[in-house]
Amino acid sequence: MIQSQATTLRVNHMGNESFSARLNSGETTILPLKTDEDVVRLRKQVRDDLVALGFSLIEQTKMVTAASELARNTLRYGGGGEAHVCRRYESDRTGIELSFIDQGPGIENLELAMTDGYTSGGGLGLGLSGAKRLADEFQIDTEPGKGTTVKIAKWKFC
Amino acid sequence: MERIPILRMGRLLLVTIQVDMHDRLAMALQEDLTTRIVKDRANGVLIDISALDIVDSFIGRMISDTAAMAKILDAKTVLVGMQPAVAITLVELGLTLEGVSTALNVELGIKMLEQPG
Repeated sequence: MIQSQATTLRVNHMGNESFSARLNSGETTILPLKTDEDVVRLRKQVRDDLVALGFSLIEQTKMVTAASELARNTLRYGGGGEAHVCRRYESDRTGIELSFIDQGPGIENLELAMTDGYTSGGGLGLGLSGAKRLADEFQIDTEPGKGTTVKIAKWKFC
Repeated sequence: MERIPILRMGRLLLVTIQVDMHDRLAMALQEDLTTRIVKDRANGVLIDISALDIVDSFIGRMISDTAAMAKILDAKTVLVGMQPAVAITLVELGLTLEGVSTALNVELGIKMLEQPG
């Protein structure tokens, strides 16, 4: 029997406090992820925010690519959902935090889903693992039958 | 639906991707290119991505699949104009585009396709 238990994997490259513990200071844009065109709109929004926050071209490219991978996952595997794009302003750093939220089937085997090259849907299997490598922080919450939320963040230190 | 235009130059096909493609548009381009290789008897395909700000795993796979399809149809594919930031991101993402020939710009790509063999 498959245990219907929430699985959380937190990866925090920078050793910061978890996402939820952080003070809710910032500007958030919420975008739907229901169609292929929504993924394009999300990429544009993320790019605009990264430019406004002063990220380098390479950092922009990495984060927009990660966003594209995760948005596609939300659409293909999660049956659609929404993305939250949040600018963060803290005393010693500014950054961007992206959340990809769906109420889809969830991920039964998270360890397997995070493996390079593993796919359940005919893709290349680089979405989750690739996005994790491209971002500074990565967190995934998933529960079979309930849905999946993936959060990534990138920071610029003042 | 909008399509990416494909130009013919002798026996070469040239595609310059200038818009942020959604996934269906990328798949339509793959279909159009393979159709045109046969219809125009092309023996070379140049895909110019100098205007692309990102290449994610979906676009990356579309490009390498197209190159593989073109090869079976007796045409060589050269991907040209990739921005340095895109190359850095692709490798970190885990996508190395194996089997896809690359050149820095269209001119060098055409030279590559004109070489025999």
